[in-house]
Amino acid sequence: MTIVIAGASETDEVGRLPGHSTTQLHLEAARNALADAGMTIHDIDGIATVGTPGPVQIAHALGITPAWLDGTGVGGSSFLFHVRHAAAAVRAGLCRTVLITHGESGRSRVGAGRFGMGPDSLLGQFELPYGVVGPPTSFTITALRYMKETGLTHEQLAEVAVAQRRWAHLNPRAMYRDLITVADVLDSRMVAYPLHLLECCLVTDGGGALIVTSEERARRSPVYLLGSGESAESPMISQMEDFTTSKGFRLSGEAAFAEAKIGHEDVDHLMVYDAFAHVPIYGLEDLGFVGRGEAGAFIAEGHTSPGGRLPMNTNGGGLSYTHTGMYGMFAIQEAVRQLRGEAAAQVPDVEVSVVLGNGGMFASAATLVLSNRLP
Amino acid sequence: MKPVPKPTPETQPFWDGTAAGELRIQRCLTCERHYFYPRPNCPRCGGDQVEWVRASGRATLYSYVINHRPAPGFEDEAPYAIAVVELAEGVRMMTNIVGVPNVPEHLPLDMELQVVFERRGDVSVPLFEPAGGAA
Repeated sequence: MTIVIAGASETDEVGRLPGHSTTQLHLEAARNALADAGMTIHDIDGIATVGTPGPVQIAHALGITPAWLDGTGVGGSSFLFHVRHAAAAVRAGLCRTVLITHGESGRSRVGAGRFGMGPDSLLGQFELPYGVVGPPTSFTITALRYMKETGLTHEQLAEVAVAQRRWAHLNPRAMYRDLITVADVLDSRMVAYPLHLLECCLVTDGGGALIVTSEERARRSPVYLLGSGESAESPMISQMEDFTTSKGFRLSGEAAFAEAKIGHEDVDHLMVYDAFAHVPIYGLEDLGFVGRGEAGAFIAEGHTSPGGRLPMNTNGGGLSYTHTGMYGMFAIQEAVRQLRGEAAAQVPDVEVSVVLGNGGMFASAATLVLSNRLP
Repeated sequence: MKPVPKPTPETQPFWDGTAAGELRIQRCLTCERHYFYPRPNCPRCGGDQVEWVRASGRATLYSYVINHRPAPGFEDEAPYAIAVVELAEGVRMMTNIVGVPNVPEHLPLDMELQVVFERRGDVSVPLFEPAGGAA
């Protein structure tokens, strides 16, 4: 059975949306995706979303009675997991058409879940006592080790933000669009050495939704799911096996490429979850697009920028486009737009796009291989 | 007030150790390797015959960030390093580095460290200082 993304849309706007609750963002994205697919709620019998507010509430609010639910909540990569799980469920005959929603009032915090782990949790005992203040102070902790072992320079790290801003410059929906230089990045406020403000993602409000089904049920030109993979490493970044490479990135990527039966030369477009500037560097290497220690130079030489041979994070990414907190949905949305030829910064002749999602802090990972044609 | 960890049954021996001025970690009796964080089974071989042992307290600096936005209780110390150290026994843990200015010039990776303990309420947390004592 051929599995497709038959509908995809974001919320009308992304950015600062204090007039939208978390639930509203889910529902607006869902309605937009249904309209995009040419479907109604009566076509949907499967629902997948993360914990706030969860699949029961989203299905009920939309008027959907699901025959299949997935509440996998493993961070920003969750929506890639949902696509993979939905594909399996449709293939197994558990349901026919799955709606996957994301909505997050990450900036305005309207109707949003609470942050925080108790002092008796794993993090509460073994990481939070040392003055961790969320992802900017812990997701970033691998970077210095990577720099020491590979020779990555501060300037090359800054180039990640510069490259992605070039794409955001072409995208009217991006929150930050002015072109920046390496000096601008290095002169921006230090958040957690070695990461400066412009090397950290935005915090925004927004949402997105997808409809996954079998090819014959699609009512518009579909995007094919050629392969997928998922994995996980550690719930605490301090326990990551090797600070210079993500096991989840490697394993999910290998699985997705193998199922899709593609090689790196087949990939026209790449989305790598970029909560912080070092993450796309790990992504490029762990997916095997470049060798160990080569990603910094690869990005600095412009290969992932507009006109480059491996266009990456073409919406501007979490660094410049939008980052609600769980960015994976937006990475998938941009891949779908590129494959449909509808992106703001459209890359010519995209046939295969790879999406790599991170969850937590290198905690979970999933990879999708998407295409606008069957091999 | 800095965050105070609250022990759970499987972590209590670790925190009993720190209160006694000892860094205790677990070791698998089957594959003979140390592991951290506390849990009732070895994550490498799956064995559940495990013991608590006293670690040497020696470590090296594996990686860190210098945080410029202090957490509650850390206002007087910012910017401060949040570090991951590798114990001589091969396991890693998050910690803070004391006894040395928390600036990159004084925190070369792989520098040698030793454990010290900081009392917080009823609990002592393990911190690390340069081997041979504070600079």
